Amino acid sequence: MSAAPEALVTREHGLALLGEMLRIRAFEDRCYRLYGELKIRGFLHLCNGEEAVAVGAMRALGPDDAIVSTYREHGHALARGVPMTAVMAELYGKQSGCSRGRGGSMHLFDVAKRFYGGNAIVAGGLPVAVGLALAQKLRSATGLTACFFGDGAVAEGEFHESLNLAALWRLPVLFLCENNLYGMGTALDRAESEVDVAAKARGYRLEAAAVDGMDVFAVEAAVARAAAAIRAGAGPALLELRTYRFRAHSMFDPQLYRDKAEIDAWQKKGPLITLTTRMKAAGLMTEDDYRRLDAAAAAEVDAAVAFAEAAPWEPIADLERFVYAEPGA
Amino acid sequence: MPNPVHEPPRAMNDARPPAAAATAPSPMRQSYRDALREALRAALHADPRVFLMGEDVGRYGGSYAVSKGLLEEFGPERIRDTPLAESAFVGAGIGAAIGGLRPIVEIMTVNFSLLALDQIMNNAATYSHMSGGQIHVPLVIRLATGAGRQLGAQHSHSLEGWYAHIPGLRIAVPATIDDARCMLAAALASPDPVLLFEHAALYNLEGERTPGLTAVDIDHAAVRRPGRDLSLITYGGSLPKCLAAAERLAEQGVDVEVIDLRSLRPLDDAAIMDSVRRTRRALVVDEGWRSGSLAAEITTRIVEQAFYDLDAPVARVCTAEVPIPYAKHLEDAALPSPERIVAAVRGVLGRGEAG
Ligand SMILES: Cc1ncc(C[n+]2csc(CCOP(=O)(O)OP(=O)(O)O)c2C)c(N)n1
Ligand SMILES: [Mg+2]
Repeated sequence: MSAAPEALVTREHGLALLGEMLRIRAFEDRCYRLYGELKIRGFLHLCNGEEAVAVGAMRALGPDDAIVSTYREHGHALARGVPMTAVMAELYGKQSGCSRGRGGSMHLFDVAKRFYGGNAIVAGGLPVAVGLALAQKLRSATGLTACFFGDGAVAEGEFHESLNLAALWRLPVLFLCENNLYGMGTALDRAESEVDVAAKARGYRLEAAAVDGMDVFAVEAAVARAAAAIRAGAGPALLELRTYRFRAHSMFDPQLYRDKAEIDAWQKKGPLITLTTRMKAAGLMTEDDYRRLDAAAAAEVDAAVAFAEAAPWEPIADLERFVYAEPGA
Repeated sequence: MPNPVHEPPRAMNDARPPAAAATAPSPMRQSYRDALREALRAALHADPRVFLMGEDVGRYGGSYAVSKGLLEEFGPERIRDTPLAESAFVGAGIGAAIGGLRPIVEIMTVNFSLLALDQIMNNAATYSHMSGGQIHVPLVIRLATGAGRQLGAQHSHSLEGWYAHIPGLRIAVPATIDDARCMLAAALASPDPVLLFEHAALYNLEGERTPGLTAVDIDHAAVRRPGRDLSLITYGGSLPKCLAAAERLAEQGVDVEVIDLRSLRPLDDAAIMDSVRRTRRALVVDEGWRSGSLAAEITTRIVEQAFYDLDAPVARVCTAEVPIPYAKHLEDAALPSPERIVAAVRGVLGRGEAG
């Protein structure tokens, strides 16, 4: 594991990362409430605790890079720049949502941002990421494809098939394993004979490393390094981002499989605390800065909710649209 | 009962368990979920070769809380949590069945069974025939199926009709408390692979157990409501919708018979034709997409076997041909509903709009 050298951390940069993480945290907390108010329905998987992964990674990626994600993707989408209004409207099932209300929480799409969607089938996105990278390579495009997935996905055949294919064809894919130690109620060490995800990737001859996923600078630095190598033609890489989800798997998980003490311990090393403690210690920010960014995040979430509330519904007459490409699409 | 993770709360899904019943429930009342659990416990007690495996069946208690408490009672060898590896653990179930055990494999939902489709179709369904009858696969697979909970395009499939296409498999669908409690034993008694489809909207269904009933078959359809004017042929999660539609129609003076298929492969042609010959009209209700659906198969069989007994063309209510959308108004519009069923029945009877 490696942290970014403190010297490179500027006040401006640190506050930008913090602001992004606070946006995601405020968004997720509001989603939790909105679910209770029945505004958001279906399955809702929140990413509290994992904000540094989304923000650090997206900071290090460029606009030409393609992103493939999972059903726990609000943070990825927001950090990528998908407008919060469009994400919230999607969760409301409204026409102004980023998938026109047809996708919901698990299927946020925004091709203008090269955000190729949340996927609700565990590991379902990995082969698609390989193909996007194949297109990038064959079309001599500048971008790479970054693919997020959870630790649970590592058990699926699609993980292994995809890593092998990407390495065999030297494709510009960055596999980002968001290891939060559990796939639903199953702890990693109860699902894997070898829990070292990076070691598995090395078995397929990928460059691979484990990173402290609670440290946004470390994530950003590691992704930047890996992306630079991939752009230079080194072939695919995998980063295992070690993190923890603070909330339940989805909205009605009684969490019988982990105890409160474990959650509390991880909360003490959460991404927001980690960053603010470091910045304050280095004299780069004050409590006022935090309050200002937090208030800005809250205001943005309020505006997104107002937008979603006011947004129109897709007409029922349009139910069967988009099953196939429309003329001119 | 703690809320299982994969289930929206009561207010958004009328199928949630009540938090705590104010009055003690009658001993003969039971939820579909509890009936399924009772069946699992009985099977595990009855036969040491039986074991349950699947994702989060043990420590988590099952994503729909069906297997809750079984790990504590039977231990991790027989209540076996698996990694997210559908193809491997379904295939392992096939091997274990061939090897002399009686596995019950739970695939969390039919959506994820697609990752195991190769094992189910190319191995489980074929071994008996392609080995010239030397190998049998006494495997039971339980899967949740169906839409209606705003879970979107990748979590709302009703693919039991697909599976019913495959020779070598048996497909059974419990839609009542009695069947939830008794079908598993019948499935385990089969020497061939049986898929049991549990519609996710049924888990919180409550109903009376039939006193003294301890065994059912998985061969025959059942008449759930006798009637004279039309045969409403359905199964699984659409059964309650058809019964609700039948009630409304009764208020309008229309007396429909509701047939619960129970087994989708084999289909009980005799029961279907018996009903259709009496009522002379049929409507098939199926949550699958219309094209190439189970409803299409049943309609064809009625046309083949009872054409001259019909007074009207056979009709169907199926799901609109779209990947299921998330937004509630769109999802509702896509799925069969009592309203659509009532309207379709009136159409077959030539009575147009409900008056
Ligand atoms: C193929 C498949 N199997 C099972 C599921 C049900 N399921 C949804 S999320 C999940 C856990 C996945 O864990 P992980 O990959 O670690 O991601 P996390 O939820 O921790 O972010 C499971 C089992 C699914 N969606 N897809
Ligand atoms: Mg995980």
